Amino acid sequence: MKETVLEMRNISKEFPGVKALQNVSFTLREGEIHALMGENGAGKSTLIKVLTGVYSMDSGQICLSGKPIKIKSPQDAQAFGISTVYQEVTLCPNLTVAENMFIGRGKYSFVKWAEMNRKAKMLLDNLGIPAKPAQQLASCSLGVQQMVAIARAVDMDCKALILDEPTSSLDEQEVVKLFSLMRDLRSRGVGIVFVTHFLEQVYEVCDKITVLRSGEFVGEYSVEELPRLDLIAKMMGKELSSLSEISEAASMVHESESDFVYEAKNLSGSNGTKPFDFSIRRGEVNGFTGLLGSGRSESVRTIFGADKALSGDIRVGGKPARIAKPFDAMKARIGYLPEDRKRDGIIADLSVRDNIIMALQVMRGAFRPFSKQEAEDFATEYIELLGIKTASADAPVGSLSGGNQQKVILARWLLTHPDYLILDEPTRGIDIGTKVEIQKLVLRLASEGMAITFISSEIEEMLRVCSRMIVMRDRNVVGELTGSELTQDKIMRTIAGGAANAQA
Amino acid sequence: MPKRKALMQRYAQLLIPLLSLLAVIVINLIVNPAFFTLALRVNNAGNSVFAGNIISILDNGSELAILAIGMTLVTAATGGQDISVGANIAIAGGVVLRVLCGNEAAPASLHAPIIVAFLACCAVAMLFGAFNGMLVSVFKIQPMIATLILYTAGRSIGYWVGGGQIAKISDPFFSYFGGFIPGVPIPTPIIITIACIAAIVLALRFTTLRLYTQSVGINEKSARLNGLNPLWIKFLTFLIIGVCVAISGFIKVSRMSTVNYSSIAQDIEMDAILAVAIGGNALGGGKFSIGGSILGAYTIQALMVTLYSMPGVTSESIRFYKALVIILLVSISSPVVKNGVSKIRMLRKKDIAREVV
Repeated sequence: MKETVLEMRNISKEFPGVKALQNVSFTLREGEIHALMGENGAGKSTLIKVLTGVYSMDSGQICLSGKPIKIKSPQDAQAFGISTVYQEVTLCPNLTVAENMFIGRGKYSFVKWAEMNRKAKMLLDNLGIPAKPAQQLASCSLGVQQMVAIARAVDMDCKALILDEPTSSLDEQEVVKLFSLMRDLRSRGVGIVFVTHFLEQVYEVCDKITVLRSGEFVGEYSVEELPRLDLIAKMMGKELSSLSEISEAASMVHESESDFVYEAKNLSGSNGTKPFDFSIRRGEVNGFTGLLGSGRSESVRTIFGADKALSGDIRVGGKPARIAKPFDAMKARIGYLPEDRKRDGIIADLSVRDNIIMALQVMRGAFRPFSKQEAEDFATEYIELLGIKTASADAPVGSLSGGNQQKVILARWLLTHPDYLILDEPTRGIDIGTKVEIQKLVLRLASEGMAITFISSEIEEMLRVCSRMIVMRDRNVVGELTGSELTQDKIMRTIAGGAANAQA
Repeated sequence: MPKRKALMQRYAQLLIPLLSLLAVIVINLIVNPAFFTLALRVNNAGNSVFAGNIISILDNGSELAILAIGMTLVTAATGGQDISVGANIAIAGGVVLRVLCGNEAAPASLHAPIIVAFLACCAVAMLFGAFNGMLVSVFKIQPMIATLILYTAGRSIGYWVGGGQIAKISDPFFSYFGGFIPGVPIPTPIIITIACIAAIVLALRFTTLRLYTQSVGINEKSARLNGLNPLWIKFLTFLIIGVCVAISGFIKVSRMSTVNYSSIAQDIEMDAILAVAIGGNALGGGKFSIGGSILGAYTIQALMVTLYSMPGVTSESIRFYKALVIILLVSISSPVVKNGVSKIRMLRKKDIAREVV
């Protein structure tokens, strides 16, 4: 057994309304590449941030080489030999490679340039990184920049190296180079934590896998004992709760209505969505599923016109329509709750009231503003209906908790009474109680005739509300499941694709 | 009670500009109790009109107040400022002169009706506003850099538009706009400013201008996903500031009956930005208060009049004293001081609570 470098025991961290980590443990051994896996909101980044001193944990213990340590700041983590390389390179692109490797590390205000360049060259050669010390960092490819960041970390005597999604902006060749560097470091005894969404890469380079789900520790496995399918199952959760009951409800809805609210043929988007056909009926709830980055969000963004469509024949309510921008979609009575509510959803400084009436006001037109009283009435109605917890309708929406912000945006779209409502991750970062409320609301709206697309990283949740699932992989639609096919097992097999499908 | 609290929150932003204006007034009253006496005098044209420092502040602050309206909207929607308004006023002035005087230096009669000159000046100022707006919205250039172009070129363009000469308009009717209308004791610029304020108040009341500009300024992506076109809204604010430029340019030309291209409305863009800042508006865009900016504009004007009336302040040294006061004003309204004040308040409340217990 190799020696343990880093051990995190029973780490818990709570944010207002969300238990981000509950009793999570993680062990990193010398000379091992350890994948940290989990869907969005599983708690990976929270765990990393606790480890690097960005967040303080509520309870738990971190041990370095057997000794308990307290990490209070990123500088502390660095001093303990825990280094992190982020997805976005955080170096200074306008400085040279050598400067980037040594910046902020000297004790004195003076720099021995020759010495610095010599040391940098040694290190770069040693690690086989194709860069010259005096070269400007910006002139290196992203992959090399990332490697320089790693070299910097390695030179600072790091015992544990955390790579947070290092490959997501690299091309294949760069990934290969990065992996050989990682293997090299492994052979030197460095423990590496590798956070990624790419399953293939995990199986290519990792020794161990730790899986988190909804802030809980699922398990630690060695790569050989955990086939791909099992990994996906572990990431998505396997509780098959109340499944039968839902599919009954779903099929019932399916029978009663049959007119299409929205149809698209050969729709493709500038955001990389490959051409797909899609249609949805009145009263239907469907879902787009797939791992993160599979293109599920991009597809609905293309439907709503949030990203430009490159091709596609669209019919709304049976009539041909053109949706080039969100306003066109809104006129076609489509609503869209975006995935990233902070970036795309809320208008933080504006009041809850203004945020709620926003979309309806835009549809009504610039010269017909709602009176104060009308706006107040709408706000009060929906604050009550959705149980939004806010001091008043006047409070800036940014001051609300995440779940309540989400409800405000939901209120915004419900107020427009859309025929077709797209909900992208409406329950992310929301406590369990509210989650169930939103799921119930979705089913109720559908029973009243609204067509709804529901996207979630949690597959149980989607099984609970969706009567049809469109499965995506690599921005392609790879399957469509309905009725009795709607099981976790079947969905995961479709996501995993290829070999797994053949077995089924 | 909660209603009162909401009201207070709403007007909290106006507190600092109001207080600074009050401070200027109080200082004046202490130094010279007769500073604010209002008199009815007979002017050169034989009209009886109001005179006094208050009238002079309101009168001479008109252009700045009108520009502050446009500057507030540009700031709100784009998170940047238009520094070309002074230069654009030179162009607008050039248009007025050219339309009214043609190629003559001192025409005996006007070449065109005054309304035509005004409309032409509006059209041209809006055109240059549109130029700025296009650079900012379509080409996504930082507003200050985008408007730097016109800031640099505007006064030369004005000179060319004006026909390369500094014509003088002697028509008495034309001078009404920067002076007095016979029989009306209040300076016309004040009336025009009131009309402008009324126009923007009505626009904010009867259109969604406020909601849209604020949304775009706060979160452009989200605004787009709510069906707005952020490009068009940014562009629109530059058109509006174009109208503000035309009106204040027109007043300026009327005041002087001519245009000195190199000095007309010099540095007024900086004062307009300052007015927006003193009004408690975030220069990074988002929520805004036009009332605050207008108060800010008159505060600056009052400050200038005050400083001039102080013993020992000359036109050479006035800028220094102005700067001193500005340091004070902006540091009072800085977040550091604001937070400090609210902390002290919290502590006080706690102390009081403890005493009660």
